[in-house]
Amino acid sequence: MSEQPTQEPMVRAEGVCKHYGRLEVLKGIDLEVAPREVMCVIGPSGSGKSTFLRCINHLEKVNAGKLWVDGELVGYRQHGDKLHELREHEVAEKRREIGMVFQRFNLFPHMTALGNVIEAPVQVKGIPKAEAKQQGEDLLTRVGLADKADAYPNQLSGGQQQRVAIARALAMKPKLMLFDEPTSALDPELVGEVLAVMRGLAEDGMTMVLVTHEMGFAREVGDSLVFMDGGVVVEKGKPRDVISNPQHERTQSFLAKVL
Amino acid sequence: MTTEQQDPIKAVPVRRPGRWIGGVVIALIAIGVIYSIVTNRNFEWPTVWRYLFDFRILTGLRNTLVLTVLSMVIGVVGGIILAIMRLSRSPLVSGAAAVYIWFFRGTPLITQLIFWNFFSLLYPRIGWGTFSVDTNTLIAPFVAALLGLGLNEAAYMAEIVRGGISSVDEGQREAASALGMRQGKTLRRIVLPQAMRVILPPTGNETIAMLKTTSLVVVIGYFELMTAAQQIYADNLKQIPLLIAAAIWYLLLTSILSIFQSRIEKRYSRGVSGIATQPGFAERMFSFRKAAR
Ligand SMILES: Nc1ncnc2c1ncn2[C@@H]1O[C@H](COP(=O)(O)OP(=O)(O)O)[C@@H](O)[C@H]1O
Ligand SMILES: [Mg+2]
Repeated sequence: MSEQPTQEPMVRAEGVCKHYGRLEVLKGIDLEVAPREVMCVIGPSGSGKSTFLRCINHLEKVNAGKLWVDGELVGYRQHGDKLHELREHEVAEKRREIGMVFQRFNLFPHMTALGNVIEAPVQVKGIPKAEAKQQGEDLLTRVGLADKADAYPNQLSGGQQQRVAIARALAMKPKLMLFDEPTSALDPELVGEVLAVMRGLAEDGMTMVLVTHEMGFAREVGDSLVFMDGGVVVEKGKPRDVISNPQHERTQSFLAKVL
Repeated sequence: MTTEQQDPIKAVPVRRPGRWIGGVVIALIAIGVIYSIVTNRNFEWPTVWRYLFDFRILTGLRNTLVLTVLSMVIGVVGGIILAIMRLSRSPLVSGAAAVYIWFFRGTPLITQLIFWNFFSLLYPRIGWGTFSVDTNTLIAPFVAALLGLGLNEAAYMAEIVRGGISSVDEGQREAASALGMRQGKTLRRIVLPQAMRVILPPTGNETIAMLKTTSLVVVIGYFELMTAAQQIYADNLKQIPLLIAAAIWYLLLTSILSIFQSRIEKRYSRGVSGIATQPGFAERMFSFRKAAR
């Protein structure tokens, strides 16, 4: 266990490195996300944003450096000065506490919207089906889809699918939500409804790490903004400051393209 | 709607004289064949009808069905296990499955059937010390038939299941993992149900093929439909009528299976858009197309 500071960060990354074969994707990421913080991550394609999110959620193994979520080391258990790799079921247990929303929704197409939402509570947590359904309907109401409970994903618009995906992640009552470009695959007119749901989550105090290129959202809802490029954090600060007064030249040229 | 309802287009469909000429030719040939079948006395239709419900034929038929069902159960379960092994990250596990599939697909089924029948020559007793049994009592023709058909089928099913599993988007597994689902549950709840859409049509074909393939066990003398027919005509020398009687049963059963197959496929395509509907006979013949929805 690490020493307890006044407020344990929800996510703490120290020199996180990740490579695929000889391709270095993350070259030492240092970051902290406080509880209830909304951190937005921007950066050019291929800069390692998705990889970093996947590391936080144990979907990728960190090759060097250390990563903690809510004070617990990701992927390993510390025994004295030795690190032990976590077993599959231990990793699965940790993932339950972290919600993840993907660019391409990844809803289960053979299940209804409600079926998608109650799948993990019933199958993973063993919550009785009736109870899970009740909670699932409440969640669908929260994302504005109470009337779509029985619809299959292919009967829903992209925006509706992404809102179901958010409800599905929330059903596990996560303490941290990761969003990987949740609106990038959406038609422009559908982006707003998804952002509205995420804004609601932020207002309810959810800790969120969000890869996005919606600069307006980052400015209004984000507590911090991180610019990544080439596997390193180039710049980090209050969204307003980074957007209006970028310090680094690479940040300036990137912002010039997306704004 | 703001615009007024448009009148549907009334156009003269493209004429297809080739289809009509072909149709007439086929009809003439069909009439000739049917005429010959009905009038040629060598078909001995009364004998066919008499033997169609002969006790031995019906017993053989029952055994054919039992053999088909059990072989397919072994084939499907074995195929799923092999496919999962094949996709394993451990090269040893994956390699073992690959060797199995290589062996069973690379040798003729009839060779495998006879091999199992003569298994006792290889290992006269199976087991250890006092806990051993005579191989010949354990591997009766029925068991040999089952092993031969089932283990062979597993090798083919493995490739079908593997194709199905690989067809499921990687994002599905990822989403399930992110929800904290473990691998086994992800496979059962998320991957396999979606893979079914790809796995089922060829599995239906395999089942239909299996129904006919069971007739190969005639070589090891297990009493199924084909063996029954053969034993009867060995006695009474009415080969053609008995073969027709057997063929009628095979046709009936394969037809029933085909109907089941299309029902099940429809059920599993649930939640998946863009399943193209095949044009029916009238549509193909007259080239009328339903308007796209
Ligand atoms: N599983 C993988 N195997 C090999 N290379 C990968 C894999 N996943 C990502 N990469 C590579 O890592 C780099 C960063 O990818 P990613 O984290 O998806 O970037 P971003 O999300 O910022 O666009 C890219 O060059 C990509 O090709
Ligand atoms: Mg990405």
